[in-house]
Amino acid sequence: MESLLDFGPLVQEFATILAGFWSTIRLTVMSAVLALVLGTVLVAMRVSPTPVLRSVGTFYVNILRNTPLTLVLLLCALGLSDTLQLTLSRDPGINYYWWAIAGLSAYTAAFVCEALRAGINTVPVGQAEAARAIGLTFTQSLRLIVLPQAFRSVIAPLGSILIALTKNTTIVIVAGYIEASAVMKQMFDDYGGTLPIFLGFAAGYMVLTLPTGFFFGWLARRLAVVR
Amino acid sequence: MTENGDATPLVRVENVNKSFGALHVLKDINLTVSRGEVVVVIGPSGGGKSTLCRALNRLEAIDSGSIVFDGKPLPAEGRALARLRSDVGMVFQSFNLFAHKTIIDNVTLGPIKVRGVSREQAERRGMELLERVGIASQAHKYPAQLSGGQQQRVAIARALAMEPKMILFDEPTSALDPEMVQEVLDVMIGLARDGMTMVVVTHEMGFARRAANRVVFMSDGQIVEENTPDEFFTNARTDRAKDFLSKILTH
Ligand SMILES: Nc1ncnc2c1ncn2[C@@H]1O[C@H](COP(=O)(O)OP(=O)(O)OP(=O)(O)O)[C@@H](O)[C@H]1O
Ligand SMILES: [Mg+2]
Repeated sequence: MESLLDFGPLVQEFATILAGFWSTIRLTVMSAVLALVLGTVLVAMRVSPTPVLRSVGTFYVNILRNTPLTLVLLLCALGLSDTLQLTLSRDPGINYYWWAIAGLSAYTAAFVCEALRAGINTVPVGQAEAARAIGLTFTQSLRLIVLPQAFRSVIAPLGSILIALTKNTTIVIVAGYIEASAVMKQMFDDYGGTLPIFLGFAAGYMVLTLPTGFFFGWLARRLAVVR
Repeated sequence: MTENGDATPLVRVENVNKSFGALHVLKDINLTVSRGEVVVVIGPSGGGKSTLCRALNRLEAIDSGSIVFDGKPLPAEGRALARLRSDVGMVFQSFNLFAHKTIIDNVTLGPIKVRGVSREQAERRGMELLERVGIASQAHKYPAQLSGGQQQRVAIARALAMEPKMILFDEPTSALDPEMVQEVLDVMIGLARDGMTMVVVTHEMGFARRAANRVVFMSDGQIVEENTPDEFFTNARTDRAKDFLSKILTH
């Protein structure tokens, strides 16, 4: 019973835990940036006048959005990296780190794309027509007029996607990379599955995600386009 | 209003047809617009006025016939089409100012991104144009902070900033509160005086009488009648035009 309420392991392993969360943060930030870029490219494809691009974008989103993340990461780590020997670095740790990021961002990009597409639907058609009427090309009107307004209208949903991504990093354990949840599992093995360890890690994730939620809520209000 | 020596028309529309599904909206339309001419398009709702207007800068593609602008057929797509559009201004009923950009940025975006003008030069010219439409003091506000009449005047300045060869107006005053209509019409009358080629869809008879060279009456997808404003409003030839005029004259 005593060991069940023992917060000692959290203190003893504090440095390891921090390192685990630091890995979580790096995975999240890197994947978020790549997912945002890829998601933007995908949504541009999905609204483009070229049927081939539209189909490719739709196909990608439907596949990635409907495949469990665990499978995506296993495909990256076992299929692409181990079986096909597509290594991204000679150091196995770094190799798995990048494959984990590749899997997370490929998966998250599908959700970013769909959020942005919903955002584009909130932009009145007249905005794009006025853009075309002054002689902007399709890409220019998307980049300068439609997407900036679409982004501003979906900041809150993008925040939710970022929070989901932060928590989804726990699954990269299947891709062989050590982050916070892997540290937790290791501690369960070493010290037994105690409540304090669990609570400590749960709090750690909240320290990351709660401010994210507040920040995006604030940003959404600040950048809202007034019509 | 000004006479122009150049005899070739700026716009020549020939046998243009356009359908939305089963709905035949433009039926064998023929129309020419000379340089410096102001043409008012008038007619009942659903008659195809907007569609014709939008076909002139290919916001709406046509099914058959030809539209020649400044000696060249309208390009179908791509950069050539974008270039054509940069030469044809358009003012919409709902203003359509870029909501996330300030007034001055609305006016300078086209010159900078399409014409490759420097920001400094574009802003100097943009401020002159805002001055001309009476909005210079609001240059750093956002569209939503302006009244409808002010927004529409900015939209006209945005079109002028591209130095277009022609400006299309699709019911520019229909979405405005009555007290704001005149301020927009005054700007348009000024443009007409300065020799701008204009195609204006409007029911403002005062504007037509003061500024238009010609009135084109459209109904059910056809051009039913064309005449000078005075002749048209006092002596319409067709029953459809007479009927329409009797309805708009009662209010
Ligand atoms: N994109 C579209 N898809 C389907 N039908 C359309 C479309 N645009 C216009 N129409 C139809 O075509 C017809 C002509 O429309 P248009 O807007 O050109 O008329 P209008 O003369 O401008 O009328 P209003 O005075 O009401 O503006 C209408 O019946 C309209 O419903
Ligand atoms: Mg109309």
